Amino acid sequence: MAYTTVPKSSTFSETFYSSLFDVTDGERIRTCLQCATCSGACPYGYLMDYPPGKMIGLLRANRFEQVLETDTVWMCVSCYACTEFCPKKIPLTPGLLTRAKEELLLAGSIPNELQDALENSQRYGNPLGESPRKRADWAEDIEPEIVIMRKTKRPVDVLWFVGDYPSYHPRVQNSARAMAKIFQALNVDFGILGPEENSDGDSQRLAGESGLFEVLAEKNGKVFEKYQFNEIITTDPHAYNAFKNEYPKLGIEYPVRHYTEFLADHLDELKTLLQENGSTRITYHDPCYLGRANNVYDQPRAVIETLPGVEFVEMSHTRSNSLCCGGGGGGMWLDGFQWEKAHARLSEWRVREAVKVGADILAVACPYEAPRFEDATKTVKGAEDLIVKDITELLVDAFVTN
Amino acid sequence: MKIAVPINLVPDLVEELTIDDSGTALDMSWLRLTINEFDDHAIEEAILLKEENDAEITVFASDQEGVDDMLFTAIAKGADQAIKIMGDFEEGVNSHTLARVFRDIIKELNPDLVLTGVQAHNDQDGSIGPLLAGYLEMPYVGYVSGVDLQGGKAIVKKEYPGGLIAEMEVTLPAVLGIQAAEEPPRYVAISKVRQAMKTSTIEERDISELDISGGPVIDRMFKPEVGERAIMIEGDEEEVAARLIELFEELGVL
Repeated sequence: MAYTTVPKSSTFSETFYSSLFDVTDGERIRTCLQCATCSGACPYGYLMDYPPGKMIGLLRANRFEQVLETDTVWMCVSCYACTEFCPKKIPLTPGLLTRAKEELLLAGSIPNELQDALENSQRYGNPLGESPRKRADWAEDIEPEIVIMRKTKRPVDVLWFVGDYPSYHPRVQNSARAMAKIFQALNVDFGILGPEENSDGDSQRLAGESGLFEVLAEKNGKVFEKYQFNEIITTDPHAYNAFKNEYPKLGIEYPVRHYTEFLADHLDELKTLLQENGSTRITYHDPCYLGRANNVYDQPRAVIETLPGVEFVEMSHTRSNSLCCGGGGGGMWLDGFQWEKAHARLSEWRVREAVKVGADILAVACPYEAPRFEDATKTVKGAEDLIVKDITELLVDAFVTN
Repeated sequence: MKIAVPINLVPDLVEELTIDDSGTALDMSWLRLTINEFDDHAIEEAILLKEENDAEITVFASDQEGVDDMLFTAIAKGADQAIKIMGDFEEGVNSHTLARVFRDIIKELNPDLVLTGVQAHNDQDGSIGPLLAGYLEMPYVGYVSGVDLQGGKAIVKKEYPGGLIAEMEVTLPAVLGIQAAEEPPRYVAISKVRQAMKTSTIEERDISELDISGGPVIDRMFKPEVGERAIMIEGDEEEVAARLIELFEELGVL
């Protein structure tokens, strides 16, 4: 066998391929069997020009440019289904799919809707394009007054990272208010950052904007440094994922829990606060960034089961096999684009399953989900009476004092 | 081909506007500024022209909050040169003043084409484009949504109300007021903006004194006042219809 001594410049496919090794366990991509389980597991794989398996095939054939000439990579909702079911455990979501979106974004090939969310995140620190000064307005009428770190300037036990949608989205603000009531009922010493809080940036990162993620992480990191607290608790699984797995890579490291993990440690106290309001059949949707991405499956269920009179039922897609609400990886800001391609919504699929198991209530634990699933109940036949509530809202509804 | 793009920073309407103690101006202390939306289209049109015609683009703006980020973003998108005009712009200036400041820079640059946003929401004394063209003694076409360069001329598409579009030939150099670029303003990855911050510089130009003449004299600035509210007519269909007829007769329209 002859070896050439002339160094040849790398092709785009080669450079891209080797960049995938930078992700944790990234080198596993070498072991891809081309079994296409990933493409089948992907909720939108059926309409991608090149679903993950084919993308790897093209990489190996040195023809990855072909993938970047299409726009269906933007159908990826970063739900980790491909990664979960890959028999060789290749980190497809954080590696291949996110890197492909990064390349598209660098080339400026991004859908307009997504552009708005990214520009808003950059300018206002939230994808909704709301005034950063109004970030704590949702908390104005809560009694006793919520500690805003900048005003109070004292150490707290828990720094509650409220997040974008609980801060601004009218539907989701309700779950922020519920969370506040629960903290207060449990006598938790907590504070929020208010106008100093910026988007955690995780969904922007998974939508290919890693530079923006870094800017947002640095801003949050600087604010975290200013104050004293023992741990961070997040409302949003995406923020939880960012603080647990991504911020430490940038040197920003704090103990963090999702609120369902925190509540699961307070079940006995919670039980004393709750009363039965008649029996209800509740099912639970595992958020991708709590479940598949971080293996938090039992705690949210344990919290739901403390509710007096609850009959808990599982849907057919559950735990690691859960469906995606369609909001991850930029999906939250690509509704129009994805509707045009699919003429179906992932949230409708989920709501259909909740109806099928006869649930009265679909419980959620991620701020993206309540508005998405509620919208779906309006279009899915038979879902008119299905109630969508965040676990925090279910707890507050059952409070004895209510 | 040299293209000059003057940029106007305007109050960001995401924040609520408040009026200062004088009662004649916006309270600037709470305001955030952002690029005039139409100027963003002017930058995009300039870059599209560069991609087709090998042009050199200079963007410039007055020294106000956020101007560096905005200029570096323009460089990351493809502008070749960025200039920041240093002076007392903190409280904002009228369009006449700004146009004279831009005129001096443009005379120095000697471009073939000046692209500016057709309007800005803080244009109290007219938009920059026509003023600039007047000061520079260049032709002006506004409401432009397409530019095709042909030698020393530009064929431009000008939008009229009612969905009409005219194609016009303009001799260069000329000033164009851009209504919309041919493509929506592009997204530029933050990593590219950060790269531009490291590898390029913003030139600074001092202006000796601002001539603030020509602007409007504002007697009073106020939020829209609530007028007389609508009357809701109560009752069943017959009663409502009867009352409506009465009202129309009273008003003399029936």
